[in-house]
Amino acid sequence: MVDVPYDGIAGTVVPPAEVPDVELYHPKSWLTRYVFSQDAKIIAIQYSLTASAIGLVALVLSWLMRLQLGFPGTFSFIDANQYLQFITMHGMIMVIYLLTALFLGGFGNYLIPLMVGARDMVFPYVNMLSYWVYLLAVLVLASTFFVPGGPTGAGWTLYPPQAILSGTPGQDWGIVLMLASLILFIIGFTMGGLNYVVTVLQARTRGMTLMRLPLTVWGIFTATVMALLAFPALFVGSVMLLLDRLLGTSFFMPALVEMGQLSKYGGGSPLLFQHLFWFFGHPEVYIVALPAFGIVSDLISTHARKNIFGYRMMVWAIVAIGALSFVVWAHHMYVSGMYPYFGYFFATTTLIIAIPTAIKVYNWVLTLWRGDIHLTVPMLFALGFIITFVNGGLTGLFLGNVVVDVPLSDTMFVVAHFHMVMGVAPIMVVLGAIYHWYPKVTGRMLNAGLGKFHFWVTFLGAYLIFFPMHYLGLLGVPRRYFELGDAAFIPPSAHSLNAFITVVALTVGFAQMTFLFNLVWSLFEGEPSGGNPWRATSLEWQTPETPPGHGNWGKELPIVYRWAYDYSVPGAAQDFIPQNQPPATTGAVQGAAS
Amino acid sequence: MSAVILFLGVIAVIAGWWLSQQRLTSKPWLEEGSIHDFPGTGAMTWPAAKVGLGVFLAVAGCLFTLFVSAYSMRMTMVDWRAMPVPKVLWFNTGVLVLSSVALHWAYIAARRGDMDGVIVGLLAGGTSAITFLAGQLLAWQQLGAAGYFVASNPANSFFYMITAVHGLHLTGGLVALGRTTAKVWRQDAMTAEMRLSVELCTIYWHFLLLVWLVLLGLLTGWTNDFVDICRQLLS
Repeated sequence: MVDVPYDGIAGTVVPPAEVPDVELYHPKSWLTRYVFSQDAKIIAIQYSLTASAIGLVALVLSWLMRLQLGFPGTFSFIDANQYLQFITMHGMIMVIYLLTALFLGGFGNYLIPLMVGARDMVFPYVNMLSYWVYLLAVLVLASTFFVPGGPTGAGWTLYPPQAILSGTPGQDWGIVLMLASLILFIIGFTMGGLNYVVTVLQARTRGMTLMRLPLTVWGIFTATVMALLAFPALFVGSVMLLLDRLLGTSFFMPALVEMGQLSKYGGGSPLLFQHLFWFFGHPEVYIVALPAFGIVSDLISTHARKNIFGYRMMVWAIVAIGALSFVVWAHHMYVSGMYPYFGYFFATTTLIIAIPTAIKVYNWVLTLWRGDIHLTVPMLFALGFIITFVNGGLTGLFLGNVVVDVPLSDTMFVVAHFHMVMGVAPIMVVLGAIYHWYPKVTGRMLNAGLGKFHFWVTFLGAYLIFFPMHYLGLLGVPRRYFELGDAAFIPPSAHSLNAFITVVALTVGFAQMTFLFNLVWSLFEGEPSGGNPWRATSLEWQTPETPPGHGNWGKELPIVYRWAYDYSVPGAAQDFIPQNQPPATTGAVQGAAS
Repeated sequence: MSAVILFLGVIAVIAGWWLSQQRLTSKPWLEEGSIHDFPGTGAMTWPAAKVGLGVFLAVAGCLFTLFVSAYSMRMTMVDWRAMPVPKVLWFNTGVLVLSSVALHWAYIAARRGDMDGVIVGLLAGGTSAITFLAGQLLAWQQLGAAGYFVASNPANSFFYMITAVHGLHLTGGLVALGRTTAKVWRQDAMTAEMRLSVELCTIYWHFLLLVWLVLLGLLTGWTNDFVDICRQLLS
């Protein structure tokens, strides 16, 4: 039925698209099939496992930080320098090496070819290189834990001058390797990013117009375009900082006295680095958020058995957010000493970007309205995302205003804000997406009972951790401090609140182990899922084999006849119509043919 | 940062123009049927490699524009001392122009199916590009001999860094050019694949020539007046 080609009006037969121009690569040995693989699905799994592994390191670092904050002076193995190193590595790993790599390298690689109906990425060899360069970047990063002086403690923003001055931990090797690792990461990402963009532009199957793409693809595609244009700024900043550190140039380094002596530097501008860094850094927030927006739209639509509300508006909002996010960067720099009225321009653009974002939130809620909501584990995580994102977004409106940001900027309020909006919210989507697509990747379902336990502990725990943190911030508890000491403005209750947060954080952290157990256990013992366990419409669920075989589609590519959200269509036999199912009149055509 | 905003503006216009051709205002929920009902909205018909090169040039362009942005912000600081321009740069520029012309010649020859012309064009282009790189190293050496070291002034630092980044991009291009030349060398007749390779090399070479001319204008201070005008317009 699915393979019967159909031409809407004339009723003539349209042959399925063939792909003569992409010579599909065929692995010859175990090594080229599973290790040096050029198959996007294998590369996706490699990306995901590497990102998760280094992410677990960052998770452990956060436990160590919380131990120190909750029970200062108790743990002799954590000193002030190490605390700064933990902060730096935790932030850098989570933002770049985990979230960016997982959303684009992991989900992008797996889902783009399947969702657009392609056999593979358009440049499989470059795609493979992308992963290996990424792995090298991760290894260089991890190696800083073992070099003399340890990793850099400059904070994840690596601001000069302190990032390369003595007194900052990791001044010898840590900062050099960190910058080298970032440069490698960007090179590797650019290779992958070219693939994701060109595959969406050039390898969509017949009938897959842009306006029929699932929003997941729209989100990943737009985020990749943004990343390709934003990462060069980090690249330039990293190269210049590396030259300042290694060759003694003064791009960013002002004249200053170091250890009682006049340093060799002079005349440089630390503000220049901040501009470059945040020109990358703000789009980076949306590089992580846009794929999450896309994925959550698909999860909600599928599990509420209802078409996504305002598909066009969702697409426009994604594009608008992508464009606007390049002109808001200096809202991270209100306290940097830049020209103050400059800040008001950026406050305005920051508040404007809330409009397309709010449109998306309304559309999600309206999709749920009167839907046939199935509270499956992916749906629970999607709902958790919406609530968390709204919470984090609201405090973003506070911080986007110059006069509110200035007193709050160096407090725990900011930590709470960006962990809600950029930490918990995207991780909710990552987890929901794994529960949703795991059956496609492995052919088995994850255990739902364990999944629900995992969700509730993670969701409630995240709120117990980060809600009190907002309050600590309003009290004026500073961030980045190793210990608070006896400051008059910090009441004893703040200290006990810190201890409470630590206990919850450790509990939530350990609860993630049930998820890891579930991933491994279900691989062998999970209930077989079949090809389309969620009865979803998009193409990746319509593959002839599950998990999809090499080349994804068997002999012929699918033909797309409709958008990705035909759920609960009145009069249809089932409550979903796959994208590659021809319109109803084909029955007549088929009958005439036979 | 105004240079890079301007650059992204150009990218945004191109992207916006392309998106405007894609029926973004259609109502997909009402439109079931085959693609023939919506002409021009399918996948791009250009070869993937050409689309890929286009995207890569946007990324590389962004990178160079960011260097230009950083340069124009740093040059307003008080410690900036403009550097003399080594004479050999003019020779290098001429050689790079020749290189681009030679490749364009190879491209035209490839379209005519003239194998000898392609080989001559590719080899001439490659040789002059290598000469350009050698000339750049010579310029470095002359500057070093005259006491203009990397770290002695930000103007010097930028000069060395920007020429190095440009040179690395050209070196990467030479790898692709070498592979293309080898491919053409082994074949007797022109194939569509070879024609595409030659075309892509030519496009990349023209791009690097354009980047070099902009950088040269910046490094020699020709564009200072222009930069000042822009700065006044913005402030």
